[in-house]
Amino acid sequence: MPEVRIRKRLLMVEEIFHEGGPVAHSPQRRAAQLVVIRNPYAGGYVEKIEGFMEDLKPLGLEMAQSLVTALGGDPKTIEGYGKGAIVGSAGEVEHGALWHVPGGYAMREVLGGAKAIVASTKKVGGPGTRLDIPITHINASYVRSHFDAMEVGITDAPRADEILLALVMTTGPRVHARVGGLKASEIRGEDGLR
Amino acid sequence: MKEPNRPNARARIRKLATFVEETVSEMGRKVDPPTRRAAAVAVIENPYAGRYVDDLSELMMIGEELGELLTQRAVAALGIAGPSAESYGKAAAVGEDGEVEHAAAILHPKLGTPVRRVLGKGAALIPSSKKRGGLGVVLDIPLGHKDAAFVRSHFDGMEVRISDAPRANEIVVAIAVTDSGRPLPRVGGLTKDQIKGEDGLR
Repeated sequence: MPEVRIRKRLLMVEEIFHEGGPVAHSPQRRAAQLVVIRNPYAGGYVEKIEGFMEDLKPLGLEMAQSLVTALGGDPKTIEGYGKGAIVGSAGEVEHGALWHVPGGYAMREVLGGAKAIVASTKKVGGPGTRLDIPITHINASYVRSHFDAMEVGITDAPRADEILLALVMTTGPRVHARVGGLKASEIRGEDGLR
Repeated sequence: MKEPNRPNARARIRKLATFVEETVSEMGRKVDPPTRRAAAVAVIENPYAGRYVDDLSELMMIGEELGELLTQRAVAALGIAGPSAESYGKAAAVGEDGEVEHAAAILHPKLGTPVRRVLGKGAALIPSSKKRGGLGVVLDIPLGHKDAAFVRSHFDGMEVRISDAPRANEIVVAIAVTDSGRPLPRVGGLTKDQIKGEDGLR
């Protein structure tokens, strides 16, 4: 199977104290780990690509662990997550879909069995393309206070034959969440939804 | 509205961000050791937004405070001791209700001293850029060697942006620090092992 060849990594960490309202007792923290890899399938249609998902698993775990570390080191403090990919112009969006399994698996593994589906997005784009990565609660997708998104991107990536992979984690709800809905305290935690 | 951990702080910070970038290969060639750089960014309220104020000393003092906070954060994000840093740069973007002079007040009079204190030395000018702009505006932070501005391998730039800042009454302030130059430098000029470090230039 193809080798995972990394060109660069970018770690982004945000700490949000307020957004015009009361200052949070503990600021919301969000982090994104981006890694730019060579796209082994760039330049032509390749029918069988599934095997690369397995190859990406160690990288996924490294990225998920890096996020936990960047957010303080305790997996129990992580409340939201999301993932995404930007495929360079010589690839197809299907190559970005290769990230679903290893990216999601890695975060569940590192967070000790989170139940909710990992919200995701992907696209094909040039260097500097921005991606709005959706974020939802790790154990119950319907928790309204945790619906969020983090914009990421790297100026010089992805080049045509590259894929930019991204994982995102957060430590809490939006800083001034107040639009009702299911609360984190009401999670039943059985089906990953509520 | 001051964030909790800095009770005596002047700067009203809405948000802090750090970016750490590591390049491990370029054009298929290994970059060994990888080049690493970090930017620490603060989104603060502009106390002079929406009006002309002659005396900008409040922003100068905010610059001094952010010089220390952001340099410490950038160095911590790189996981290095301050004196191990090799190059640096600074930049600010003022929201639409402010003036570019507000960025100058933050960046130039007082911000450099604490930057140099955290990094141990810093004989060279801290290269800078500034602008006024809307939310998500891009800041290209110029980078140069901290002890000798003419070190050619360390001329570089780092792009940062915060998608929801600066709002009209805000300023984005950024400090970038590296532990290395460009990934595969080969355009000659003064090299870092030739630094005399007396005048900040060579």
